[in-house]
Amino acid sequence: MRLEPREQSSMVLKAMVPLGSAAAALLVCSVLIVWADASPVEAFFLFIKGSVGTRFALSETLARTIPLIFTGLAAAIAFKAKLWNIGAEGQLYGGACIATWLGTGMIDLPGWLMLPLLFSTGALVGGLLLLGPTLLKTWLKVDEVVTTLLLNFIIILLVNYLVFGPWKDPMAMGWPQAKGVVDAAVLPTILAKTRLHMGIFWALASALLLWAFMRFTTWGYQIRAVGFNPVASRFVGISVNSVVIRTALISGGLAGCAGVSELCGLKGYLTLDLSPGFGYSGIVVAMLAALHPLGVVVSAFFVAMLSIGADSMSRSLNISNFIADVATAVSLLAVLVSMLLARYKIRWR
Amino acid sequence: MDTLQLFLEAGFWMAVVRMATPLLFGTLGELICERAGVLNLGIEGIMAAGCMSGWTWVYLGGDLWGGILFAACVGGAFGLLHAIFTVHLGLSQHVTGLGITMLASALSSFVFRMVLPDVTTPPKIVPFAPMDIPILGDIPVLGPIIFNQSPLTLLALILVFFVGWFLKHTPAGLALCMTGENPMAVESQGLSVFAIRTCAVVVGSGLMAVGGAFLTLSAFDAFYIGMVNGRGWICIALVVFSSWKPSKALLGVVLFAAFDALQMRVQQDVSMVIPYQFYLMMPYVFSIVALIIMSRRSAYPKALLVPFRKGER
Amino acid sequence: MQDSTPFLQLLGISKKFGSVTALSKVSLSLHQGEILALLGENGAGKTTLMNILFGHYVADSGSITLNGKELPSGSPRHALKAGLGMVHQHFTLADNMSVFDNITLGTEPLFAFRRKKSEAIRKIKDLINAYELDVDHRSLVKHLSVGQRQRVEILKALYRDTRILILDEPTAVLTPQESEHLFATLRLLVDKGLAIIFITHKLKEVIGVSDRCLVLRHGVVTYEHRTSETDMDTLAREMVGGEVPKVEVLPGAPGETVLSLHMVSACDRHGFSLLHEASLHLRSGEILGIAGVSGNGQGHLADLISGLLSPSSGSFELLGEEVVRLGPVDMVRRGVGRIPEDRTGTGLIGDMNVQENLILENYWKKEVSRYGLLKASFMKKNSEEITSRYDVRCGGEELPVRMMSGGNMQKLILGRVLSEKPSVIMANQPTWGLDVGAATFVHSQLISASRSGAGVIIISEDLDELFKVADVIQVMYQGSLSAPIQPSATNAREMGLAMSGHLDVFTMVSPEEACHAA
Repeated sequence: MRLEPREQSSMVLKAMVPLGSAAAALLVCSVLIVWADASPVEAFFLFIKGSVGTRFALSETLARTIPLIFTGLAAAIAFKAKLWNIGAEGQLYGGACIATWLGTGMIDLPGWLMLPLLFSTGALVGGLLLLGPTLLKTWLKVDEVVTTLLLNFIIILLVNYLVFGPWKDPMAMGWPQAKGVVDAAVLPTILAKTRLHMGIFWALASALLLWAFMRFTTWGYQIRAVGFNPVASRFVGISVNSVVIRTALISGGLAGCAGVSELCGLKGYLTLDLSPGFGYSGIVVAMLAALHPLGVVVSAFFVAMLSIGADSMSRSLNISNFIADVATAVSLLAVLVSMLLARYKIRWR
Repeated sequence: MDTLQLFLEAGFWMAVVRMATPLLFGTLGELICERAGVLNLGIEGIMAAGCMSGWTWVYLGGDLWGGILFAACVGGAFGLLHAIFTVHLGLSQHVTGLGITMLASALSSFVFRMVLPDVTTPPKIVPFAPMDIPILGDIPVLGPIIFNQSPLTLLALILVFFVGWFLKHTPAGLALCMTGENPMAVESQGLSVFAIRTCAVVVGSGLMAVGGAFLTLSAFDAFYIGMVNGRGWICIALVVFSSWKPSKALLGVVLFAAFDALQMRVQQDVSMVIPYQFYLMMPYVFSIVALIIMSRRSAYPKALLVPFRKGER
Repeated sequence: MQDSTPFLQLLGISKKFGSVTALSKVSLSLHQGEILALLGENGAGKTTLMNILFGHYVADSGSITLNGKELPSGSPRHALKAGLGMVHQHFTLADNMSVFDNITLGTEPLFAFRRKKSEAIRKIKDLINAYELDVDHRSLVKHLSVGQRQRVEILKALYRDTRILILDEPTAVLTPQESEHLFATLRLLVDKGLAIIFITHKLKEVIGVSDRCLVLRHGVVTYEHRTSETDMDTLAREMVGGEVPKVEVLPGAPGETVLSLHMVSACDRHGFSLLHEASLHLRSGEILGIAGVSGNGQGHLADLISGLLSPSSGSFELLGEEVVRLGPVDMVRRGVGRIPEDRTGTGLIGDMNVQENLILENYWKKEVSRYGLLKASFMKKNSEEITSRYDVRCGGEELPVRMMSGGNMQKLILGRVLSEKPSVIMANQPTWGLDVGAATFVHSQLISASRSGAGVIIISEDLDELFKVADVIQVMYQGSLSAPIQPSATNAREMGLAMSGHLDVFTMVSPEEACHAA
């Protein structure tokens, strides 16, 4: 088997990429559903109904889209610079921690000041958490994949300590959770009787800003250059290390924002189930979007659909909701293959 | 403080060797993949798949060794998937590996729920019993530490020497190492880079899965979700620490396990002073520190992460 | 010397890459005890043909018969087994492994219990003695010189009892003396009954070594003849397909010194010496050629002048000012134009488009970006201007440049550099891998740049190129530079001596004098 570059990849092929991946995910899941003695057709309708079929379902999906946009952007910009930030999960909790620290009564500010403060400090902490592994990478060539991954475990244990220990809310009837954020720090919901909150605007604005940043600024240009070809970048005098560090701060910052927005918009207090792996799904979101900031919005919605829809479907059909994770993973792998096929032809022999 | 005394206790070292076993399998498996030039970030998920499949086999009535074999096959299958994607299609080893981890973890959890739909406390199985080897087991100190263990532990130790010898002294081992250094050198000598890398990743993944199966079939007697808990990532750090050499991998793993066992003991003694979460952090911190220490002199296989495409230079 | 049935026969080999036809119905035959020269320009399909023969590629059509038996396609293993051996242009050796490991890889059954080392060592030593291939089987490949690595490649083939040896551009990296040594070895092999296919684009070698020659042009065999019955002019015409384009060499008018190095040394992080007391003086309007066997510090010299390497001692002056720790950006700002050796790896970013690649070296300038924002209008205008002035053909300005041909990539880099009107141009292997047309274009551009006032340094491993375009030549050996010499005052033999370490062959006159006399 050999791969042969295509002369030009047509728009039709490019359009097939997301469709093909979704189809692959659907296929694998159908097999699992049949195995669980349910009807795939029924499951599919329940899935659609549960994700976008009702006002409430749609609002849930959109609410789930918010953190995924943030972590997806975090992964997208880091991967663009070939910085393998797998630590968005930890950075997310880092952002949530600082927001909890500041936002549960430590300072008293009006809402229009409080939220920007929480977002910026959350971004700062997220960025700093990625700065460590990045400095190790640039100075000592320590592989950032492993360090960011391991840092996730450390940070989550730290959160574990905080919510079981010093920050435990005595009013929570023994549940391991911190005190709720003050009213000024709450991102208001934008749709009555749903959990869809203002964070969606923050997320969309971030995606738009990041897109413009990557496309029109010299910094964005440098990040792309470094990611595509660090040798050539060094040759033309771009300081690869400082570009990577800069990228790390932005990437970590975006992941930190995901934590703040979940805390202030959805949960209201810090717990250990603040994120069901948004940091890792962010990688899928970014890859599905081919690392394009605006594409991230669409793919985040898709991944959110997968988890919300599968959740509701699996409850109705009594199938394990891990099927959502399977679908997410399959679509990641499938998108990798289909992006390859859009660029290369496979020739047997 | 009787920490020093602890090091003289055979029981302590038995615990160390026991805790080292899954890491040893995982580290060796990852080492084989990386020596052939393929980073396998699927390790975390493949270990989880090994945990689940080994346990399920035994739970459904199979015997223990059958469970190990089954786990190895499941691991090998995920390895094959990783190999097809990264070796044959030349996709990013980072992203594919993470995808494999996600897929393998999600599938294991799903299958586990299929096998055991409505049970909150998972039932237990009868795990491997410690061996009772007549003469060897009676050697003072070393006897109980090495031979009074689960047979898997002994297997892991034997594997270290086998892999070391294989890489250094056999033609196939030479071909494997050469593939990780310069695939063109292998291709020009008439060997198939694709075949060698695929075999390495499949075998390596099989070993990782056995490491996972050790957790359910020997260390514990039940499966629960999230059981691997970062051990796979730690193995990747240990491979770097070992400079891609099996003997040093043994050293690294034992050192790591000793550290881990130590923190568990100390934790029991003085848990009032320092919260237990900080002890649980120690293995991860230690892995990062190990990476930092070794970063300066690490000699990566030169073709690690570089996809090989036939007919391209 | 030849029997009637050829030992190796290729019939009607065709191969397409995408829509590009690389080979079209190529046939070739080879007899035992014969050296066949396969001649052709870069990109004519020579290497592709040999890669098909060796099984790296699979032909779209055609057949290969060896010793009366059909050779299965696409399998280096079968090719090796049938007695084919190939010395690739880019050596296929693993640097961190020993010579012994590199040679014996794949020669034993894979699943043997142990490697049979002593027998293998004996056989290697015998080969080394028999063919004067001096190299230590225990050393790691990374410690070997280029010439030694080539010997390892030949040993690799001989160790497998090769009957047909293919050498792809074997002299590209050798000194004239080393080449002579190689040719002697080849004669020795032919006398033992081997057949040899020798790929080259150097006419002199064809005449000097081969028994028969075959010319390939755009994937078609255009000429086949006994070497003794042909001449260089015919071959050159057949190779290029018409008259060979002549570079118009204008007379130089050297002006003031624009760049000078005086006893410059440089080390890497580990204190390993990269440059050792190198001196050179470059004047405006002059082309200075740097000759040398690859890996003797030419890359470091280029890095130094490109601003990627700082001298540890000695003085480095640019346009009369001392250079202290300047980066690439400062160098560009001060008027140094840089053409790197590896155009895809260093010069361009393959995944970016033409517009973006053209501003790589000046995106920070005021006319290109303001307040950190890129000016799209400038980028568009700039790329239109350069692509038309330098005749860059690309599928479109929005397409990634990795789709372009090597010649167009080099024109793109040339355009990027020359449009900045540099006063010093540092060109490292500017015509490597280009066909005659593109190479001539590059040469004439560099010459005209120099005649309009720039000082040009051309680093090349190809002596013919330097003799053709350079006003002055210096030879580089292990990080040191010889005294300058005018091409007309020396010859290939002297150059070869200098390239293998006798840097003092030109120092009949002192460097300063030679410089002023030039």
